[in-house]
Amino acid sequence: MPAVVAPRFIRIHRDDNVLTVAAPIAAGQTYPVGDTSVVAGEPIAVGFKIAAEAIPAGAKVIKYGAVIGSATRDIAAGEVVHTHNLKSDYLPTYLRGESEGKTV
Amino acid sequence: MNDVTINGYLRSDGRKGIRNIVVVAYLVECAHHVAREIVYPLRSKGVHLLGFPGCYPNSYAHRMLRQLCTHPNVGAVLLVSLGCEGFNRAGLLEEIRATGRPADLLIIQQSGGTRRTIESGAGWVASALNQIQTTLRAPMEVDELIVGTICGGSDATSGITANPAVGRAFDRLVAEGARCIFEETGELIGCEQIMAARAARPELGRSLTACVDKAAHYYTAMGHGSFAPGNAEGGLTTQEEKSMGAYSKSGNSRISGILTPGDVPPKGGLYLLDVVPDTFAADGSVSPRWGFPNISDIQEIGELIACGAHLTLFTTGRGSVVGSAISPVIKICANPETFRRLSEDMDVNAGRILEGETTIDEVGDEIHRLIMRVAAGAPTASEELGHQEFSLVYKSFAPLGPECLPSS
Repeated sequence: MPAVVAPRFIRIHRDDNVLTVAAPIAAGQTYPVGDTSVVAGEPIAVGFKIAAEAIPAGAKVIKYGAVIGSATRDIAAGEVVHTHNLKSDYLPTYLRGESEGKTV
Repeated sequence: MNDVTINGYLRSDGRKGIRNIVVVAYLVECAHHVAREIVYPLRSKGVHLLGFPGCYPNSYAHRMLRQLCTHPNVGAVLLVSLGCEGFNRAGLLEEIRATGRPADLLIIQQSGGTRRTIESGAGWVASALNQIQTTLRAPMEVDELIVGTICGGSDATSGITANPAVGRAFDRLVAEGARCIFEETGELIGCEQIMAARAARPELGRSLTACVDKAAHYYTAMGHGSFAPGNAEGGLTTQEEKSMGAYSKSGNSRISGILTPGDVPPKGGLYLLDVVPDTFAADGSVSPRWGFPNISDIQEIGELIACGAHLTLFTTGRGSVVGSAISPVIKICANPETFRRLSEDMDVNAGRILEGETTIDEVGDEIHRLIMRVAAGAPTASEELGHQEFSLVYKSFAPLGPECLPSS
């Protein structure tokens, strides 16, 4: 078991609506998001993103001050933002093990 | 303040190198084994192997080999041909000899086969190594350096730590008059408007956007982009997200021009290298005739070197271990955990930014100091470990428009 450390996030640009996880978060660990706090349902690795605020379905997701894609469903503040709720506006994302041409 | 003295190797065209390598180049895959056997016993003595596998001639490949064999880091060249391949070997030999470098050509079919060609080649290389001992040296200033950057094995830390830190080093180098090159147009999809706004001239901005559009069409036609499965496992979700992270290593300088592989930037500044082939169909659409624009990071490093890069800054999150033939590769590790696992393969630990131990600015300065030390002769981690990777496959490029380069 890795030692539980204090949650740490990086906001790369002031306009961003996602934060980057800078220290691993354990399942069940509580971490602050804005004025509220969230309990992690599963471990979150460094480099993954969480929503800095609620992001409605169809809204743009902003990182580096730039649009990195659109929310495919409503995302709650503090929720992990990844392939299950964010899609590229340009190209599909391919995951290991998926057959050629199938997109997520 | 740069207090390191670089003692360059002076070449006949006035350019200076930071290494003095003997290149052995095979001109078709069928000559690869013989060339490799010539190099192998001398691989730690500054003898590097490169070549082109294809049997049919290709002007891009010819240009790449010409630019690599006459790169300022190269002191002498031995070409190895099977004999029946289509490569214009006499033309390439003539182009290399015109620079005054010792150069020779062995044709296996006319040299008695494998063993005798290896023996002849080994003898020639031993003699060339002696001959280049007397290469003239001359002090080299930072404004004579060409530095490339590339990322490979990216994860979400790449765009947070190593890439912005390289951006800081690039900003400083450009301010000092160096020529800096970034690339991976396929990984800039989604940030083309931000990039166009940084163009030194409005018409260049339109060409920058067109470059990325071409990459988007090409990758779409291929079925998918440079987004590898490992990227998503590392926390990156979309091409645009990866693009912004990749783009951050170009820094904040104005963009002076666009290059295709083999174009040497004419003056100090920041340049975008377009690595995606120009393969236009009759209706003007892009058709991916040559397959993936680059089969791996290795070919892109080779293309940066063909543009004259004396060294390459390679940022990695998941932990690439590669180096390159001809020009040193400085590896900047973005992820502190990867650094701990692969520290012997890394030159800079930018992951300390993530752990709150240092800042992007400080790592940028560290990279700048390391560039100067490596240019002065200090070996990089990949050089110490004997990495001399090289890869080259078919492509084609249209000539650059006049708007792409600054007037020199």
